[in-house]
Amino acid sequence: MTLIHEIDYGTQAANATQLVTLQVDGHEVTVPEGTSIMRASMLAGIKIPKLCATDTLNSFGSCRMCLVEIEGRNGTPASCTTPVAPGMKVHTSSDNVRKLRRGVMELYISDHPLDCLTCSANGNCELQDTAGEVGLREVRYGQNGQNHLEAPTDYSNPYFNFDASKCIVCSRCVRACEEVQGTFALTVEGRGFASKIAAGMNEPFLTSECVSCGACVQACPTATLMEKSVVDLGQPEHSVVTTCAYCGVGCSFKAEMRGDTVVRMVPWKDGKANHGHSCVKGRFAWGYASHPDRILNPMIRAKTSDPWKEVSWDEAIAHVAAEFKRIQAKAGKDSIGVITSSRCTNEETFLVQKLARAAFGNNNTDTCARVCHSPTGYGLGKTFGTSAGTQNFDSVEKADVIVVIGANPTDGHPVFASRMKKRLREGAKLIVIDPRRIDLVRMPHVEAAYHLPLRPGTNVAVMTSLAHVIVTENLIDEDFVRERCELDAFSDWARFVAEPRHSPEALEATTGVPAELVRGAARLYATAGNGAIYYGLGVTEHSQGSTTVMAIANLAMATGNIGREGVGVNPLRGQNNVQGSCDMGSFPHELPGYRHVSGDAVRGIFEKEWGVTLNPEPGLRIPNMFDAAIDGSFLGLYVQGEDILQSDPDTHHVSKGLAAMECVVVHDLFLNETANYAHVFLPGSTFLEKDGTFTNAERRINMVRRVMAPKAGKADWETTMAISNAMGYPMNYTHPSEIMAEIARTTPTFAGVTYERLARESIQWPCNEAAPEGSPIMHVNGFVRGMGHFVITEYVPTDEKVGPRFPLLLTTGRILSQYNVGAQTRRTANVVWHAEDVLEIHPQDAEDRGIRDGDWVRLASRAGDTTLRAVLTERVAPGVVYTTFHHPVTQANVITTDYSDWATNCPEYKVTAVQVSPSNGISHWQVEYQALSENARRIEAVPAE
Amino acid sequence: MSPDKLAYMANQIGKFFVTQTSEDGVASVADHISKFWDPRMRRDLLAHLDQVKLDPIVRQAVEKLRAPA
Repeated sequence: MTLIHEIDYGTQAANATQLVTLQVDGHEVTVPEGTSIMRASMLAGIKIPKLCATDTLNSFGSCRMCLVEIEGRNGTPASCTTPVAPGMKVHTSSDNVRKLRRGVMELYISDHPLDCLTCSANGNCELQDTAGEVGLREVRYGQNGQNHLEAPTDYSNPYFNFDASKCIVCSRCVRACEEVQGTFALTVEGRGFASKIAAGMNEPFLTSECVSCGACVQACPTATLMEKSVVDLGQPEHSVVTTCAYCGVGCSFKAEMRGDTVVRMVPWKDGKANHGHSCVKGRFAWGYASHPDRILNPMIRAKTSDPWKEVSWDEAIAHVAAEFKRIQAKAGKDSIGVITSSRCTNEETFLVQKLARAAFGNNNTDTCARVCHSPTGYGLGKTFGTSAGTQNFDSVEKADVIVVIGANPTDGHPVFASRMKKRLREGAKLIVIDPRRIDLVRMPHVEAAYHLPLRPGTNVAVMTSLAHVIVTENLIDEDFVRERCELDAFSDWARFVAEPRHSPEALEATTGVPAELVRGAARLYATAGNGAIYYGLGVTEHSQGSTTVMAIANLAMATGNIGREGVGVNPLRGQNNVQGSCDMGSFPHELPGYRHVSGDAVRGIFEKEWGVTLNPEPGLRIPNMFDAAIDGSFLGLYVQGEDILQSDPDTHHVSKGLAAMECVVVHDLFLNETANYAHVFLPGSTFLEKDGTFTNAERRINMVRRVMAPKAGKADWETTMAISNAMGYPMNYTHPSEIMAEIARTTPTFAGVTYERLARESIQWPCNEAAPEGSPIMHVNGFVRGMGHFVITEYVPTDEKVGPRFPLLLTTGRILSQYNVGAQTRRTANVVWHAEDVLEIHPQDAEDRGIRDGDWVRLASRAGDTTLRAVLTERVAPGVVYTTFHHPVTQANVITTDYSDWATNCPEYKVTAVQVSPSNGISHWQVEYQALSENARRIEAVPAE
Repeated sequence: MSPDKLAYMANQIGKFFVTQTSEDGVASVADHISKFWDPRMRRDLLAHLDQVKLDPIVRQAVEKLRAPA
């Protein structure tokens, strides 16, 4: 194993098709027109010294280190900013340029600490390397002149330091913040010798607008911006390319290691989803993997009121099997089930659903996608024929108008948001449809052309009114509809949306969106060129979530925005492997590859492979499992990598369901909230401790590679296998690649996927005989279902209505620094940015209730109540309040109700009628729950020998 | 399971399919329930048909589920 050194070509690649041939130091090289001399030279194998240049940023030409001579031209131009020309003859190492470079370097070093041996960048310092390359042997000016050697270090950021004394003001950090991340948090303050890098308004990094994405740290050629982990542990000695375990963007990272200790995670430039960029979670928040809260021994207990007892793996697995068999003998084979995890690998998820179907003999398998993107599965399946986003992430670079609906990419999918912002800075237009004024509505160098601040719960009405404008103003792409879609269904739909009752004016009172905004947005989307829709859980987590997904698909088909780069319908998946967990047959009605269990032919494939007879009836979905538990017909549950008590709606109902079960097996890294109701705890493994694959929101299958041994002794797929074997159904895989081979054998969309290929490159499914290289864009020549299907989308108001008792609408979401239930991110320094969930409330609503900023408030719905602190903000409209669900102390889901999507039972998290009132402290329920939680987490002391 | 809750869910499904002018609403509701509901949910709803309030299209669909295939 070695440290992966990615080649830095100094400047970005040119996209021109026209080629240019030139000579660099006598070597002929042919490159695309527009390529810089620096890059051409590097491609010829000749590295020109550089400091301010790096190939992730635009050329800048400030450091004067990369000077070259060109025959027939005067002077010594910077090779990073000078493009190649046909027949050009470049000299990179003439006496003249060597002398110039050495002189410039001498000036740099005269104002740079000479502490190389004790410097954290020692062994990985571009300044040091460049000094070597230019042959610096002396610094004639000494270091006694005016300098910056005493400039202070900013230690405020929890993950990196800013040591201004080592800064050469190359501006790479400033440009990375602008060009790559798009936050514009950094600047060069002052002029001439007084120039210095400043965060925000010359304030500490922590309190500035910096979002800690790490782009500046990565770009820094010295030790000025340096990870604290490198300062503590030293430079890494080997690295392994793997995939981030946070959101659905699926960024590729190099896990840079010293032995089996992670020194740092560095985004991989060749990663197809992130192209070398990262966010604060993937880049820095991996410390949970070694957090002391991790449980590393299996534990069992007879009753949830008992303390946990640590046992061996064998004893724990035998106990699980005995309990599940006992329950099935007593209550029937349908009385137990599983929940697969969108945080685990495809291979692990495949095994858990296989455990249910083959070992338990039922289809009681569901996944956390039930509570997020199950309506995407239903809606896109119905309209397009399959449950997947239509585009790759690169596609956004060709979009002319971007529509963001019910998503907050800068917080939820920050790396993709950076690419989106870049495209918007290049001139693409933006439409935001969201009850909140999310950051994208107006932020540095980005401003939405339209923000439709709809009333929560009225998505379908807004989407149908957009369609009304497109149809009645003749903005339909008739050629596309005629060639690609079912015409009868289109005609029915067009007639439906054209009805006057669906006009923006008629629906304004319902949606709260001024009609002229709807009309303007519809015209822009339909006429501005390539229109791309990106949506999130603000679309799906409603009683009409599936209907909204279909309404979105209708719009894309009607305007011909499907089947090429720059367009499409793109669900932004919340967790790292939501797409994969759905692909792998986690849903109770579908076998892997989205094929219904009732299909004899499909069941036949798996029956032959697995050697069992499969149940043709759908099993229980997660909410149904709780209902069935309370009813007494569902008594055993194996939950892998999911904290259903904290993440699922109506906490009281979930806890009642869990309490009614006789054997709850939690397989996780930590004693999560669900474990309070568990009888068996099986310690899980982090993404650093196992091999496998994740599939991101663009259907890209990426390798996850083990960089350290599982801390508890088993990777998660090995644990599931052990349960299955103990239940009497043999599973004998020796490596996850064998599981992937089984997936490929049984699932047509994965037919061409192998670990050998994945080791070389990521693959976007479908990958099979028809698409041997995978499918970056779907539905190019036809829809998966054949012809696109328009669906009538009648608006049906939710039954969750405001009234005198609960006059406000609560909507929930997440924040940049935290992830899902916070189990991972709460156990990292990310808590400095979000130590508690707070309630965003409009100043007017707050004043009406006598609430001041920072006050404790009671948040109550018909389902329950909790207390948290109020933040007064105009990000939310009057009548709407907002909170996150990252902290179990708050348990936002004690407020949400059991209303759900009509088609899929996806909970209606985004609309809950609530009341907010001043409070003195935490609620009665919180006190009770805290006591229960402390009691349930007791671990029996092991007597000293 | 709670018959009222099951009836509520079934009526939600009916409210969608009743608007699909090109589809046989009764058949579509029945198909959706058989494709997505665990058999015990269907059984429980059928067992309480006389006690729950179902929209006409949904009642017909659920009755259809009772009939042998």
